[in-house]
Amino acid sequence: MTPSSSLSNRLSTYLFNRPNLVLCLLLLPPLLWLGVIYLGSLFSLLVQSFFSIDDFTGKVVYDLSLNSYARLFSATNLAIIFRTVMMASAVTVICGIIAFPLAYYIARFASGRTKALFYVAVMLPLWSNYLVRVYSWKLILAKEGAIHWMFNALGLGPLLEWILSLPVVEGSSLSTSYIGTALTFIYIWLPFMVLPIQAALERVPRSLLEASSDLGARPGETFRKVIFPLAIPGIAAGSIFTFSLTLGDYIIPQLIGSSRPFIGQAVYQFQGTAGDIPMAAAFAMVPIVIMAVYLTIAKRLGAFDAL
Amino acid sequence: MSKGDAAATPQSTAVSFRDVSRHYGSVKAVDRVSFDILDGEFFAMLGPSGSGKTTSLRLIAGFEQPTSGSVIIHGKDMNGVPPYDRDVNTVFQDYALFPHMNVVDNVAYGLMIRKVPAAERRRQAEEMLEMVALGGFGQRKPSQLSGGQRQRVALARALINHPSVLLLDEPLGALDLKLREQMQVELKAIQRRVGITFIYVTHDQGEALSMSDRVAVFNQGHIEQMARPHELYENPATAFVAGFVGVSNLLQGAAARAISGQDGACSIRPEKIYLATPGSAVPANAMSVAGRVTTILYLGANTRYDVALESGGEVTVAVQNRESHFEPAEGEQVLLWWEARHLMRLAG
Repeated sequence: MTPSSSLSNRLSTYLFNRPNLVLCLLLLPPLLWLGVIYLGSLFSLLVQSFFSIDDFTGKVVYDLSLNSYARLFSATNLAIIFRTVMMASAVTVICGIIAFPLAYYIARFASGRTKALFYVAVMLPLWSNYLVRVYSWKLILAKEGAIHWMFNALGLGPLLEWILSLPVVEGSSLSTSYIGTALTFIYIWLPFMVLPIQAALERVPRSLLEASSDLGARPGETFRKVIFPLAIPGIAAGSIFTFSLTLGDYIIPQLIGSSRPFIGQAVYQFQGTAGDIPMAAAFAMVPIVIMAVYLTIAKRLGAFDAL
Repeated sequence: MSKGDAAATPQSTAVSFRDVSRHYGSVKAVDRVSFDILDGEFFAMLGPSGSGKTTSLRLIAGFEQPTSGSVIIHGKDMNGVPPYDRDVNTVFQDYALFPHMNVVDNVAYGLMIRKVPAAERRRQAEEMLEMVALGGFGQRKPSQLSGGQRQRVALARALINHPSVLLLDEPLGALDLKLREQMQVELKAIQRRVGITFIYVTHDQGEALSMSDRVAVFNQGHIEQMARPHELYENPATAFVAGFVGVSNLLQGAAARAISGQDGACSIRPEKIYLATPGSAVPANAMSVAGRVTTILYLGANTRYDVALESGGEVTVAVQNRESHFEPAEGEQVLLWWEARHLMRLAG
């Protein structure tokens, strides 16, 4: 036996007899990463939000105060928060409505090559650059773009004009209206809704559907009483993605839509242009609080019971 | 195919197959099968995996439709009738309990679908749970139950609808031996109490023999034999049945000819054979053959001797360890004998 092999042998034996040490060695790096870098910076964000900025010097005052939070509840800022939450909710609901039938088909009917094809079709957009996709939507939604052209070609131009002139929507073209922003968000986040729902449906064994049918339930009843309740954890997981990603995004609303700001843009402007880090931090806390509330409600409603 | 005589008193037919086939592409899962199952009968479908027994059950439940032929339940042709319109219920192999509902809601599912008021269905569900000895478990989730308890919930969930026929797809397959034996006794008792037809799919011949009024032995999509358990064991119609139901010594070709005196395979059960010292006298109605012991396996209740026959072939002999008897050693010459009626001549 050579010395090196005996050394590695001894090391193997040493580790074999100390499974907890192995576990520690495996978990320490990711826990350090998560604990120090991720949670640490989140905590520092929280602390920053309790500082304030001196109006004259523009310097951060390191005294704890609720100044930033008081400013957060100004009418302008509340409007930004309301606008963002409404957009995130709409995007989430529409993503769910579009994703469910697709996920259902992939999980229950597609098999072999068809299934692989659908996976690729859902995932493919994620492989290309985010900015490229957003800019291509800007082109598609523009006044001279494909959708306006199609409506005009079908003689439905006035209909589109009417929709765009509705209150709230208000835009000269799709690319400068909330509809355009929502369409782009829906497109970009759709995979994050399809995949969890599909995974949840995939886990429902066929025998459950047969049992329901065997016990007298028509397909519609089986869907309402068995399939849908068991898909809810997937829908909840998907909605967490679409909702939180929309809450935090600052690029799509900047490139597409009316120029009215969303939370992400507000954070961006406060920490960049304005140099008001405490206010940016306070704004950044908003999505975190909203998500905490959202998850609590989802849990109360039993969204995770079937997990 | 020999037919059992469970119909000593005239009974109506619960389920009948008329020339039923179910093909998947070129695979004939069930191939032109016909049989009748009587009302109130405990009927087992026995066979190895892929023999068509589960497909036959699924054809009765309505999860599959026959490629040709017809499945008739209580005189009505079931072609095109979906599972939810059939008066049968199924106990699934994996139990198929709804994971998001507690035990009471699982059991009451069929009643809920039929819009029975909530209080009434809870009462009936609790009653059913009492019957399967699960009173007080109603509020638990299926994931909090043991395998045997889930099995009972599945049974209660099916029986609460008072189906005319209950289908059981290897319901005891996932349980350990002790529990399985206990559940066999309970299932049989429950069937007597509720008095409905049980159709029981299993690959376990012991289960089929101990519980059933009649057994159909499936092989490669058709029925090899359909008979009462006793008849099936003592009088297998084919080599497949002889081999699948119980342990059997199958003798073919020259070895069979030397023993039976005619062509064709024959078979004899290990426990029907007596061991004696060479040259012993044997009863007048007995057949005997000489051989040499090759292997001895002590199995507790009995001892298994493998004996190489002088005429060719090998037979296994099972001797009960009741008291001291002739105990040959390995390599010793012995005389084997059995009553002539225990030699089974086989077709196929």
